[in-house]
Amino acid sequence: MSVLRRVKPIVFVVCLIPAALLAWNFWGVIHDRPEALGADPIREAEIFTGLWTLRFLAITLAVTPVRELLGLGALAKYRRMFGLFTFFYACVHLSMWVGVDWFFDWRAMGGEIVKHKYILIGMTTFVLMLPLALTSTNASVRRLGGARWARLHRLIYVSAITGTVHYLWAVKKDTLFPLIYLAVFVLLLGFRLLEHYVGPLRLRKTSRPARRQTSRPHAGLTGAAPGSSRAIGDAK
Amino acid sequence: MRIKRPEDINSSEITDESLYINRRRFLAAAGVLGAAGAGLLACNSEARGSSSDSAALAVEQEPEDKLNTFDQVTSYNNYYEFGTDKEDPKGNSGAFHPQPWTVRVEGLCKKPGDYHFEDLIKPHKIVDRTYRLRCVEAWSMVIPWQGIPLSDMIRRFEPQPSAKYVAFTTVLRPAEMPGQRRPVLQWPYVEGLRMDEAMNELTLMATGLYGKPLPNQNGAPIRLIVPWKYGFKGIKSIVKIAFVDRQPETTWNIAAPDEYGFFANVNPEVDHPRWSQATERRIGEFRRRRTLMFNGYGDKVASLYSGMDLRRNY
Repeated sequence: MSVLRRVKPIVFVVCLIPAALLAWNFWGVIHDRPEALGADPIREAEIFTGLWTLRFLAITLAVTPVRELLGLGALAKYRRMFGLFTFFYACVHLSMWVGVDWFFDWRAMGGEIVKHKYILIGMTTFVLMLPLALTSTNASVRRLGGARWARLHRLIYVSAITGTVHYLWAVKKDTLFPLIYLAVFVLLLGFRLLEHYVGPLRLRKTSRPARRQTSRPHAGLTGAAPGSSRAIGDAK
Repeated sequence: MRIKRPEDINSSEITDESLYINRRRFLAAAGVLGAAGAGLLACNSEARGSSSDSAALAVEQEPEDKLNTFDQVTSYNNYYEFGTDKEDPKGNSGAFHPQPWTVRVEGLCKKPGDYHFEDLIKPHKIVDRTYRLRCVEAWSMVIPWQGIPLSDMIRRFEPQPSAKYVAFTTVLRPAEMPGQRRPVLQWPYVEGLRMDEAMNELTLMATGLYGKPLPNQNGAPIRLIVPWKYGFKGIKSIVKIAFVDRQPETTWNIAAPDEYGFFANVNPEVDHPRWSQATERRIGEFRRRRTLMFNGYGDKVASLYSGMDLRRNY
């Protein structure tokens, strides 16, 4: 049994650290550490959860390329977990906006969504993620069939782009970081497109010839959740 | 137990928040007020917003204005010369030297020249002005400034009748201002006011806050405060004042002309193209507040813009 499988529960807990940190700091703001989230804690919490949503999205999309390049088949098991953490942080991010920033003022929020494109595209991103989270179970994969499921889940690339544009439009002027996120997503998408046209890319055989002989070379393709490893290129 | 003797107490500590914070006075004045009382300025009657939005305000009582703390005022800043994050100016401005300082006065006036900071300040009476500051990013603070009414200073330079505008320039020191090493904005920062705006009694050249010299992150040693306009009009660390006959270029207008205009008056009815200006969050508060027309200073400044289409002249 690979180490990757055994450490999965630990990785799960690690993924919760940003949320725990935020909760801890929010507690501090309300109680004894008013400066725990800076002078504008609501804005800070929104930026923090938004950035972690994008980071988990990048991690999720990196699973397949890393798995294939390094031949780490067991990584396939991580993709759903990272994907659901992305959705989890997106939910916290949206709840911050709805419950804390606007205090459930639905009319005002409606106006914001209609009038301001950065809010609209952020909301669009959330709506795009929703069906992916809802169909993340093994049963959904069976019900939809691997190919249809994979086609649906290509939406993750659309939400990566719309999510980053949401970030880009939200900042006033300094667009360096939004553009870095955008570059990362374009790179990840580019990798999958390249594989689609050129065929599988592997680093493992040249860089590490002997050491990983024991791991199953194509574990990802026959992995436990049927179809879970498929995405762009594999679905054909 | 050690008991503090009077000489152990820094005089700046005494003038601190204890002197300024007085909720009752804020309730009474609810707008601009002098630090020692509401008497310094005779503008107590305003701050309930312009008549146009008074109906909406009747629904929900406007919360009182409370001073933001010294910590908040000095740790949450937009000063891109020191970095674009709110915490950057405090963190990155340690190497900045606001003294010695010289301000060049030039253009259409009878007394141009290079004025040392001390000579610039000395002839004037320093006044206390507590103003709301509304950032274009939809957050706000209440800050007790000290400074010189810009009108007093301008009169001293004797501008010619042809001087229709005043243009300001921030110092350019990439070695001390790390933000200026990246082309986020066009450096040096420039701003400007129409002459009647510059001469308005509210317009202030601030040299201090909370009774202390301006901290570097707040624009040391001298900066502009125009309380009815968005915060970016308040150009910091000024090294040049020029009297000109044409509307000067302004940094944010150069950067994004469709988002930031020359006038930049606080206006809840004209949204920024990407976000709403109808509400704001007062730093330190949880719920949003309604943004007031001209930031609540309408009775002093609305007449400056009578007949102007504020939707077009944003």
